[in-house]
Amino acid sequence: MNSGPDNPGTPGAHGAAGVTRDVSGQTAPPEEIRAVPVRHPGRWLAAAVVLLLVAMLVHTLVTNPRFQWDVIGNYFLSSRVLEGLGYTLLLTVVAMVIGIVLGVLLAVMRLSSNPLLSGASWCYIWLFRGTPVLVQLLFWFNLAALYPRISVGVPFGTEFATFSANDVITALGAAILGLGLNEGAYMAEIVRAGILSVEHGQSEAAQALGMRRSLTMRRIILPQAMRVIIPPTGNETISMLKTSSLASVITVTELLYAVQLIYSVNFQTIPLLITASIWYLIVTSLLTVGQYYIERHYARGSARQLPLTPWQRFRRMLTTFHAQPPAPPAQLPAGPNR
Amino acid sequence: MSGPGAPDLPGTGNIPGLPGDPALAAGSGAPMVRAEGLHKSFGRLHVLRGIDLTVERQEVMCVIGPSGSGKSTLLRCINHLEQINAGRLWVDGELVGYRESGGKLYELHDKEICAKRAEIGMVFQQFNLFPHMTALENVIEAPVRVGGQAKSRAAEMARELLYKVGLQDKAGAYPKQLSGGQQQRVAIARALAMRPKLMLFDEPTSALDPELVGDVLAVMRDLAESGMTMVVVTHEMGFAREAGDSLVFMDEGVIVEAGRPREILASPQHERTRSFLGKVL
Repeated sequence: MNSGPDNPGTPGAHGAAGVTRDVSGQTAPPEEIRAVPVRHPGRWLAAAVVLLLVAMLVHTLVTNPRFQWDVIGNYFLSSRVLEGLGYTLLLTVVAMVIGIVLGVLLAVMRLSSNPLLSGASWCYIWLFRGTPVLVQLLFWFNLAALYPRISVGVPFGTEFATFSANDVITALGAAILGLGLNEGAYMAEIVRAGILSVEHGQSEAAQALGMRRSLTMRRIILPQAMRVIIPPTGNETISMLKTSSLASVITVTELLYAVQLIYSVNFQTIPLLITASIWYLIVTSLLTVGQYYIERHYARGSARQLPLTPWQRFRRMLTTFHAQPPAPPAQLPAGPNR
Repeated sequence: MSGPGAPDLPGTGNIPGLPGDPALAAGSGAPMVRAEGLHKSFGRLHVLRGIDLTVERQEVMCVIGPSGSGKSTLLRCINHLEQINAGRLWVDGELVGYRESGGKLYELHDKEICAKRAEIGMVFQQFNLFPHMTALENVIEAPVRVGGQAKSRAAEMARELLYKVGLQDKAGAYPKQLSGGQQQRVAIARALAMRPKLMLFDEPTSALDPELVGDVLAVMRDLAESGMTMVVVTHEMGFAREAGDSLVFMDEGVIVEAGRPREILASPQHERTRSFLGKVL
């Protein structure tokens, strides 16, 4: 059935192969093209404008005394700022964990064939996405006004224990509840998009092998959905880091409220806001790096070869700096089919 | 309604006295696949309109026909990826998707359906390998997770299967790193890993470059010679002629013509078969 291997008339495949025939082995290397590159005067102009603006920015940062870099230096590592940073990180991590767990649950519910489950999930998302998170935070903070007492027990039956709502839901508790429940609604949509992005043939192949639905979801669908889920989840985490500053309005001494408390006394408003901003930037940068490596992990099998990490690229640059520039076309895999 | 018409599948009335046929429940003596008066609709689209079919043990049946004729749907009904609307379908003497007792049909639980599917291998047009797993991991996934085999034993068997399909050196490769033909051969190995009693092929070579088709067909031919019962939906008339024991031509949801491959391909009796083969051959 197979057509003969030495068929010179194969159209297309080796269309522009006039230069070399790697099959026959040694032929002289082709002469490299040396052409005058196209000039781009517009780029030079744009670069000059950008450089000018950068110079102005650096100039004002250095020369304007009202930035008060010394004050920033004094407070940057102060215990109150660091404690605020700690609360910000705590809020971010706990709210995201709640959000992700809730999100997976809601997404699976939403895709369920049970209309009650998918309807409940839809309503949850509708409610929590449809109201501002600031309002939700204030609501949870003032929950005691609605339910002064919170009890644990059988629904409509006996109560085992009763607590005062004000004791159970502290400012921090309200912030975690508000941010986490709100995040769940957004994560649900992200996870759902991830699950839907996996080709239908995948679950079919798993089914045909006798895999049950839960096993298929765990082993086949979710690992592939991760590739779609991770990038927006990284965004959500970074966004959560900053949204957690809203907790300042319900008196959680996270980073923003911590510096607000300081400048309400010493009136160094701008330097302290810059202090907080620098910390936000640092943490965001770290999260970005982390996201890169997690994404890379889940890209396994989606590309023929994983891209190099920046560190690997850097090392390769150092080690192969003086290597031959144009590598011969050696990237064709050696092995034929069988 | 505990009432009169025991099986509430419409259309079974066409084939009186069919349910409860004792000869069919006999088990190992029964044909591998038997369909009677099979109907399947998707909403208003009536895809299968009364299919009667028997596949004996160790038989290789090829199914041909224009696209939209219901070939793939028939295949998918056999391992219950699609639920039939009317008629009866048995695999290895047991009803597909239902249990019958006291003249009544009971839907099988998801667990039982999965157990039965595990005994039937299926190969898809688009391969559907799991892209986040290597070739070896693809092959051992079901034996380990569904069959409960130890990983080392499953891997040993998987290597053997990969050797059989000519890919022993590709065990560690991800599907994206393999050519279409190689992927399809891994998919065949994956299906064989569950030691199926029946293999279904849904246009296994249709998505392949012409030069890669031969390798896949060679594997299928070996499989046929080893005595595997196979139902193959295909456009490869050469394979049907040489490896097939029987050939079925489907059009518009019915079997138009069935018989020995050579006879049908050489002298089709039906006008629709003639015009189809005229276009394909």
